[in-house]
Amino acid sequence: MIPQQFEYSAPQTLDEVLGLLAEGAKPLAGGMSLIPMMKLRLAAPEHLVNLAGVRELNYIREEAGELAIGATTTHHAVESSALVRSKCPLLADCASNIGDVQVRNMGTIGGSVAHADPSADYPAALQALDAKVVLRGAKTERIVDFDDFFVDTFTTSLEPGEMIREIIVPLDGAGVGTVYHKVAQPASGFAIVGIAVRVRREGEKIVMARIGVTGLTNRAFRATRAEAVLLGRTGKPAEIQAAAGLVAEGMEANADLHASAPYRTHLAVVHAARALATALARTA
Amino acid sequence: MATITTPKPATKEKLVGQRLRRREDPRLITGTATYVDDIKLPGMYYAAVLRSPHAAANIKSIDTKAALATKGVLTIFTGKDTEHSGSVPCGASLPGLRVPHHHLLALDRVYFVGHPVAVIVATDRYIAQDAADLIEVDYEPLQAVADPEKALAEGAPAVHPQWPDNTAFTFLQEGGETDKAFAEADVVIKQRITSQRLVPNAMETRGVVADWRAAERSLTLYTSTQAPHLVRSLVAQVLNLEENRLRVVAPEVGGGFGSKIDTYAEEILMAFVAMKIHKPVKWIESRRENFLCTIHGRGHVDFYEIAAMRDGTITGIKLKIIQDLGSFLSLLTPAIPTLSVLMMPGLYKTKNIRAEVVGAFTNCMATDAYRGAGRPEATHGIERMVDMLAAELKMDPAEIRLKNFPQPEEFPFPTATGLVYDTGDYAAPLRKAMEIGDYTKLRQEQAEKRAQGKLMGIGLCTYGEICAFGPSPATPAGGWESATVKIEPSGKVTVMVGVSAHGQGHETTFAQIAADELGVDIDDILIVHGDTSLVQYGIGTFGSRSTAVGGTAMYFAIQTLKTKIKQFGAMLLESDDVTLSDGVCVCNKSGKSVSFKEIAFAAYRAMKLPPDTEPGLVSTNFWEPANFTFPFGAHLVVTEVDRETGDISIRRYIAVDDCGKIMNPLIVEGQVHGGVAQGIGQALWEQAVYDDNGQLITGEFMDYTMPRAHMMPWIETSHTVTPTPVNPLGVKGVGEAGTIGASPAVVNSVVDALSPLGVRHIDMPMTPEKIWKLVSAGSPA
Repeated sequence: MIPQQFEYSAPQTLDEVLGLLAEGAKPLAGGMSLIPMMKLRLAAPEHLVNLAGVRELNYIREEAGELAIGATTTHHAVESSALVRSKCPLLADCASNIGDVQVRNMGTIGGSVAHADPSADYPAALQALDAKVVLRGAKTERIVDFDDFFVDTFTTSLEPGEMIREIIVPLDGAGVGTVYHKVAQPASGFAIVGIAVRVRREGEKIVMARIGVTGLTNRAFRATRAEAVLLGRTGKPAEIQAAAGLVAEGMEANADLHASAPYRTHLAVVHAARALATALARTA
Repeated sequence: MATITTPKPATKEKLVGQRLRRREDPRLITGTATYVDDIKLPGMYYAAVLRSPHAAANIKSIDTKAALATKGVLTIFTGKDTEHSGSVPCGASLPGLRVPHHHLLALDRVYFVGHPVAVIVATDRYIAQDAADLIEVDYEPLQAVADPEKALAEGAPAVHPQWPDNTAFTFLQEGGETDKAFAEADVVIKQRITSQRLVPNAMETRGVVADWRAAERSLTLYTSTQAPHLVRSLVAQVLNLEENRLRVVAPEVGGGFGSKIDTYAEEILMAFVAMKIHKPVKWIESRRENFLCTIHGRGHVDFYEIAAMRDGTITGIKLKIIQDLGSFLSLLTPAIPTLSVLMMPGLYKTKNIRAEVVGAFTNCMATDAYRGAGRPEATHGIERMVDMLAAELKMDPAEIRLKNFPQPEEFPFPTATGLVYDTGDYAAPLRKAMEIGDYTKLRQEQAEKRAQGKLMGIGLCTYGEICAFGPSPATPAGGWESATVKIEPSGKVTVMVGVSAHGQGHETTFAQIAADELGVDIDDILIVHGDTSLVQYGIGTFGSRSTAVGGTAMYFAIQTLKTKIKQFGAMLLESDDVTLSDGVCVCNKSGKSVSFKEIAFAAYRAMKLPPDTEPGLVSTNFWEPANFTFPFGAHLVVTEVDRETGDISIRRYIAVDDCGKIMNPLIVEGQVHGGVAQGIGQALWEQAVYDDNGQLITGEFMDYTMPRAHMMPWIETSHTVTPTPVNPLGVKGVGEAGTIGASPAVVNSVVDALSPLGVRHIDMPMTPEKIWKLVSAGSPA
């Protein structure tokens, strides 16, 4: 519970941060996972750059039909933002499910996403929202789909020297229903399974469906086959069951003390069905 | 001189029985209390302990060169340095008990993950920990055994090579005619029931500051303990120190739950280190160390058999306990399962019992007293068995309990295990809980829900416990308590009590009693505990004994003082006929009075003394109880189970406890709440899981599920009051009641919910996955 020695910088500007990252420093964006790992000596970065003082990374803005969220925006800021709650309730719903009050006050959206914990909550919602991530390097900036960003457990497509600058979430019009369903691991609060659903109807018919799944396997993913079978349907119980049954298909489920692979798979199916039913009811 | 006045004393309201807020809380909740880690002495060094990563290994060599060369490292001690010290103490004794020598630091072999191997002393904590990483220990890993049943099996690796059967002791207790009862029974039910290992997890981890003053030949040990005087006696014994030159201070202690009764290797080690380096030294346990190296609780595998007649009369109980001891015996390790044996009949009348305990060594941390210490295991077992019996006989679980209780007029009630239950009206809390819950209506609702395929459960537990430890012949280290009550010349009252609080609220409860007895303002009373240089002696705070035993010692010390106060009052009032009440001494003839303050001043000023008295107003009492006390109660739990996911939700939790007379209802409710939380924790979530290699895989809060506020149901508390004659306060004790009542009530409720699927027992913790599997196996597809 005593970390090894490390150098610590707390710059005020993004340019300073990028300069330090280029030298191999590791960004600290809340530290809700990194600090415990350092205290257990499972991680021992030589140089930490705290992003908390960089004001230009901390914002929630609406820009041209999209939400732009700065990397160091805390979970609490997202869950309590009037803008997010009214324009993108799924993200606020998801943020309010993360950890506990202390974690939500310290933890940030960029930090969570960059850590790529396979049981983190945001990745399910962000994929269901068709969100993108803006990656900034010393001389580069690129926008990446989350499906390309999450590579594997604790592994992303961030290049050395790159950092997350912003998350972009397209906003929906009318007829959309969303929900985040989570089975929390009782000790850690991480998701044993988390299901984010976003559906749109035109009339009775489902014309768009997104199902983001976290916790089930090595990385969060979109259950595209389940999404596809819902299109053109009206959301009858049998149709929901059929779609939910496809959510975990072909997936190699995680297993640990808290949930075996078969149980985790079962929970994904049950909660996908429940989440779909709720989200569809909200499209009205 | 005292002024004699003649006001009519207004009768003060009694404080005992009132919901007084705890006087100690402001400093606790504002972060201004002083814990061990808040103590910083000039020139103090910091120690880190290097611990074994293996559950069993030979130590081939230890190389400390690189660590010693680290800037800021003062010195390093290894097993060779402490080889000739005494053993970390085990205070319990049983016939034929095998007690392994427990070196302060591992000598040539490690026995559990976390076993101390070296102590690094440095100028700060970070340097000490960095240096620990630089020590090279050449281990030769050995096969470990971490499961008590596997440890007892043929061919298991020997935890201690000298005892290949891994058996520390066997213990047998019999009463009545058990074989006959089983032969003649209409029905016999058998069940294996486990009570899993738990990690006590006090909010404050352990910590020690040792301050050796060579010139004065005096050592002060600040340590987070429940029993400072025991630590003093035991550390002095192990290190061969002069007990009167060793002072142990338990400053603010942030919880213990039994885990801080023990005297630990680190407490002795820091005393050893301070005396070697001639400087103060501090060691603060990390949370990870707390998981690995502070005692665990429970760890039972029980084999129960219960015999009964068709009408529900229980005629006999057989029990075999396999107790997971861990590798070393901590202070009370082997005694804990014998408490389970004592309590095995629960509240039921049967006189025919047979119990066997096998204490199994494993390559794990020692088990020892954890809130309830042996009684939760026993209560869980008997309460599960009684429910199974009710189901078998198609009787209502309440009815079968009522049928087997001794009646109030049968007390004192001698039990099959040789105890004498003091007082009891066991049906009263059960009936009250059923009334609060509207039991009949709940059963109707359950029938309706079942018809709809829903799983709703109603669980009962009627528990008894053994508290107020206890008569000295039955309590290791003595069962008495002591108090010194000192009235200062100004009339302020200082009370030194031998029981040292670590969250129980002694400063409030004891002051309430003293204020009433002396008739003084509660703000004039200071309760002092936890410092061996201030307090005469004490056994410690555990086994729900503080108020019942320590409070009684204070009560009797006050009675002696009251006699003396009256003598001084009579002298000042020049009358033989005086009454002391509400802090005023009144002459019954003239109506004149003299105040408590004036008497106190006169007693110290000593211008004149009553015949055959000495100056001053100080009294000490050591009080020895003649029996334990036996609180009891009934908990009723309503649960619902989600068929699809296995999730359990507790819809209602009703706790009706009878702890005798209640001094402070607010504190009693707090004790019940905390205890119930820990009992629900065991029922649903908590488990110390060692893998086959002896690695603790739930060794952090990320995997070990401590109950949190948001996971708790609303707890409806109520009480019946059956005072004990064992002490004049009539109090029985309540510290462990909630823990004891909760786990069987919750499990009984969930088993009841699943009973339509043919489920009759579920081992703890009842994880959703476990429930899901049972539902899947039991429900028609």
